[in-house]
Amino acid sequence: MSMKILIVEDDAEAAAYLAKALREAGHVVDQAGDGERGLEMAVSAPYDVMIVDRMLPKRDGLSLVSAVRAEERDTPILVLSALGQVDDRVLGLRAGGDDYLSKPYAFTELLARVEALGRRRVSSPTQTIYRVGELEMDRLSHRVLRGTQEIDLQPREFRLLEYLMRNAGQVVTRTMLLEHVWDYHFDPQTNVIDVHMSRLRAKIDKGFEKPLLHTVRGAGYMVRDGIR
Amino acid sequence: MTGFGKLLRTTAFRLAVIYLVIFVLFAGAVLGYVAWNTHRLLESQLTETIETEINSLAEQYRVGGPRRLAATIDRRSRQANGFLYLYADPRGEVLAGNATELVSVLQSAPGWRDVPFRRFEELERRPTFAKVRLFALPNGFRLIVGHDLEERMRLRQVIRQAMGLSLLLVLVLGGFGALMVSRRVLRPVEDITSAAQRIMSGDIKGRLPVRGVGDEFDRLAESLNQMLARIDELMTGMRAVSDNIAHDLRTPLTRLRAGAEAALRTARSPDEMRLALERTIEESDTLIKVFNALLMIARAEAGSTPGALSDLDLAQIVRDVGELYEPVAEEAKLALIMRADEAARVRGNRELLGQALSNLVDNAVKYGAPGPGVAQPAEIRLELGRENGMALLIVSDHGAGVPPADRERVLDRFVRLEKSRAQPGFGLGLSLVAAIARLHGGSFHIEDNGPGVRAVLSLPLVDASAGPRDAA
Repeated sequence: MSMKILIVEDDAEAAAYLAKALREAGHVVDQAGDGERGLEMAVSAPYDVMIVDRMLPKRDGLSLVSAVRAEERDTPILVLSALGQVDDRVLGLRAGGDDYLSKPYAFTELLARVEALGRRRVSSPTQTIYRVGELEMDRLSHRVLRGTQEIDLQPREFRLLEYLMRNAGQVVTRTMLLEHVWDYHFDPQTNVIDVHMSRLRAKIDKGFEKPLLHTVRGAGYMVRDGIR
Repeated sequence: MTGFGKLLRTTAFRLAVIYLVIFVLFAGAVLGYVAWNTHRLLESQLTETIETEINSLAEQYRVGGPRRLAATIDRRSRQANGFLYLYADPRGEVLAGNATELVSVLQSAPGWRDVPFRRFEELERRPTFAKVRLFALPNGFRLIVGHDLEERMRLRQVIRQAMGLSLLLVLVLGGFGALMVSRRVLRPVEDITSAAQRIMSGDIKGRLPVRGVGDEFDRLAESLNQMLARIDELMTGMRAVSDNIAHDLRTPLTRLRAGAEAALRTARSPDEMRLALERTIEESDTLIKVFNALLMIARAEAGSTPGALSDLDLAQIVRDVGELYEPVAEEAKLALIMRADEAARVRGNRELLGQALSNLVDNAVKYGAPGPGVAQPAEIRLELGRENGMALLIVSDHGAGVPPADRERVLDRFVRLEKSRAQPGFGLGLSLVAAIARLHGGSFHIEDNGPGVRAVLSLPLVDASAGPRDAA
C-alpha cells in the first residue's frame, strides 16, 4: 500500500535520507523545511501521514500539529524529537500527534510506525472481527478461532494478537507492542517481548502447517497469511 | 538622566515626600484646631463682655428711663475702652453714642451682628469690624451696644504668622528628617542591590549582607542567599553531570570509532563490510541507550523534577511488570511470585517507576538463579509492602547475591560485578533505579537475602485520608 507522506524536518540531510528510504519502501514523499511551509503544505494537499520534527524554524513542531488539528485535518502525525524525555511524549501527543518517536531512531522502527498510522486511517476502528487467513478474532466475545479450532488466550496474549491482527501485513516492532499492549514506553533490555511472542506463536501456529505469525529480522513481528 | 531626575525616581525621595506631606497636613490640622478654639473662646468672652455692658445699661434705663440712658451712654462713649454705642430716637436722630456707620443697621431686626464701624473722632480711618447687639426699645427708640473686634483681628494675625512660620519650620525640618529616615531605611536595599550586582558580575560565591538585626531586610537577604545557594548547588550538580556524561560516553564512542576504522581497514568482501556496518549500528544503538540512561540519571541527580507526577497505585505497576517478565523468568527456570494484594498509592511517574521495577526484575532474571547446593527455591519474589509511611517495592532472588562491600558501589554508574560479561548490560540499571528513587523522594538499597539479592525501593506513600486525591 503506497502512501503519500509529508516530512517536515529542517535538517536537510536527515530529511533527504528519510525521504529516500521512504520512497524505497514504495511511498510518495513531500518535504518541507520549516513549520510555516509544513503547515501550508499540510492544509493544501491530502496526506496519509505526516512526519513532524519537534524543533523547526518559524513554527515549532507542536504548534504545527496543533494548527493542523485546528484546521480539522485528522491526518495521522508522527512527532519526532531529539528530546527523548519522559514528558516530551506526553506533550507531543497532547498537541494532537498520534505517535511519537525520539531521535535517533532505527528506520525500521519509523517505517513500521508510519505504516501503522497510515493503515489505522484506512481500517475501521469499530471493526469487531479480524481475519487473517484461517485465523479469526471476535473482539466482542474475545474468542479466537484457527479454522474450526478454538484457541485459548490469556488476556494479554489476546491484546498482543489483537494489535498484530489490526496491523496484519505490517511490521510491528517490539517497542510498539510494549506501548500498545502494556502502555510502557521504556526500552526493555532483555528479550521480554520475544518470549511473549514465542508463547503466542506456540498457541496459534503450533500444529498448523502454515505459520501466520512471522518474525521480521531486525524489525519486529508480523501477522500475515502467506498466500496473500 | 540628570541627577535630579534620578533623585525623583528614588524610593527614598518618594517616601520622604509622602512623609512630609502627611507631616505638614497633621501640623496644619493641629494649628488650625488651636486657632479655631482660641477664636471661639475670644468670641464667647466678647459676647459676655457686651452682655455685661448691656445689663448695666439696662439697669440705668430701668432706674432713670431714656434720659438717664442717654446720659450714661454719652459719658461712657467718651472712654476709650473699645465699647461702641449708638442710641437713636424713632426718627433715627442719634441721641448719644460714639460710632458712625452703625446708623445703617439701626432699622434692621434686633439681634447680634458683625458690622463695620468708625468712631466719630476717627472718620478718616478705614472702617473696621465690631460685634454689636441691636435693641428695639419701647416707643421706637433703638440702641446698639458693641465692642470692636480689634483684639480678635490681632490674634488672627498672630496665629496666621505663627502658622506660616511653623509650616516653614515643619517643611524644612520634616523634609530633612524624612530624607534622613528614608535613606537610612533604604540603605540596606542599596546594599543588597550592589551585592547582587557584584554576584551577577561573576562573584558567584558572594552573598548578600545580613546585618543580624532580624528585620524584614535581613529576612529578605537570607531568603535570597538561600536561593543563591540553591542555584549554586544546581549549577554544580549540572556541571558534575555534564562532566560525567562526557567521561562516560568517551569510552563507548572510542570503541565505536575503532570498530568502524578496523572494518574499513580489514574488510575484504561486501559481506564483511555489511557485517561491520551492522555492528556499528548496534554499537551506536547501545550508545544511544547508554546516553539516554545517563541523561535520566543525571537529571535525577541534579534534582530536577521528573515532570508529570500523578497519583498512582504501585500494585498495578507490580502486576504489569510481573506479567511482562513472567515468561522470561520461566524461560530462565525461575518462578516469578507476585505479592501485591493491597493498593499502595504514591505520587510518581508511572513510566519511570515501571522502568525501575523492570530493571530490578531484569537483574533478578539474569543473576537470580540459585547456585549449586543452595537450598532455597529458584524463584524471584516481587513484593509490595508498607513501612513507616513508605511503600516498599522489594525484588528478591536466591542467586549469587552482592558481597556486602559492593552493595553501595553497585549503584554507581558502569559498575558490573560480573567479570565475565556473559550477560548483556552497561551497569547502569541500578544507578537508574537509585536515581528514580531519589527523584520520587524515596531511597534504594540492596540487602542480603541469604543467599541472594533483596533489592528494596522505598517511596513515600500518599496518605489517602490526608488530602484530596489528585488523579491528574
